[in-house]
Amino acid sequence: MKRFVDLHLQPSIKDLTQVKKMVSLASELGYRMVGITLPPNVTRDTVKQLQSICSNVKTNLITRADLYPKTPHELLHNLRRFRRKFEVISVICTSKAVARQAAKDRRVDLLSFPATNPRKRFFDHAEAELASKVFSSLEIDIAPLISLKSFQRIRLLSSLRKEMEIARKFGVPVTISSGATNTHLIRGPYDYAAVTALFDMATPLALRALSETPLTIVERNREKLNPNFVAPGIRLVRRKNCCPDA
Amino acid sequence: MSRRMRKRYLAFKVVSEQPVSKGDVADAVWNAVLRLFGEYGASQANLALIEYDQEKSWGIIRCSHRAVEMVRASIASVTEINEKPVAIHVLRVSGTLKALKRKVSL
Repeated sequence: MKRFVDLHLQPSIKDLTQVKKMVSLASELGYRMVGITLPPNVTRDTVKQLQSICSNVKTNLITRADLYPKTPHELLHNLRRFRRKFEVISVICTSKAVARQAAKDRRVDLLSFPATNPRKRFFDHAEAELASKVFSSLEIDIAPLISLKSFQRIRLLSSLRKEMEIARKFGVPVTISSGATNTHLIRGPYDYAAVTALFDMATPLALRALSETPLTIVERNREKLNPNFVAPGIRLVRRKNCCPDA
Repeated sequence: MSRRMRKRYLAFKVVSEQPVSKGDVADAVWNAVLRLFGEYGASQANLALIEYDQEKSWGIIRCSHRAVEMVRASIASVTEINEKPVAIHVLRVSGTLKALKRKVSL
């Protein structure tokens, strides 16, 4: 059985009842892990509160930060500040320079683009080539796709179809997330897989984008954030003080 | 000789703050299919609302087995009925009504 992950829930953190509703609905629909977008200045107490809400409904919390840098310099500055604080870092690319820098940087997990403005979707061949070298993933939110109407949805579908083609060509992993701001925009993983067929994504690929791809990102980052992590494949097993005889 | 059409039954649950009538649900699903796939697509779906319980907010839709993903995507794209926010979740899909009811324990 697949372990489904929704990396992008966007409830208002101040409203814990809304968080509880969204997380329990996600759990009911079959998500084992949920990523909640947190403000960069979030306190440890808030994170603990959210973790307890998630564990009460038998789901696992993934801490996530969405960065909105205006310049590549600001992006680098934000990555230095927040990379070790969150399990998943997503960069919302609003300019080409930021998009290119984000695609080059190993510390960026997810590349997101504004859904409502097709001119600001900078995922082209050059972007995909850079992203494929550092294993950054292209994130596609479904909430805008189901909430937009007529021409806006047509334009978004057209952009997504092109992006999927490019991602496939360069082997860039794709992550499907809800991007939901309330309970009415959350759907089950198989419903999302059906929606992705609208932009020519095959169902097995869509299911992978809802389970294995986000899971790999989270596991990789959790390992790196572990205090015993030294380098990929190297972990601290025991400290000197633990075994005085040695 | 033409083969008999294979059908699929989809059990669904409507999540809404106010109760939604059977007609409104049927209209919402039909409109969603028409918006996403047009009249040609809708004609292939062979869509029908078989059952709907307004009190429990669940129902069953029948469609052609070739159009399951199409209908599922359309159902997922329903976000409002009568200008009120609504979500429709597909609970299970089955080839027979009997098996579907057993699986969902309706």
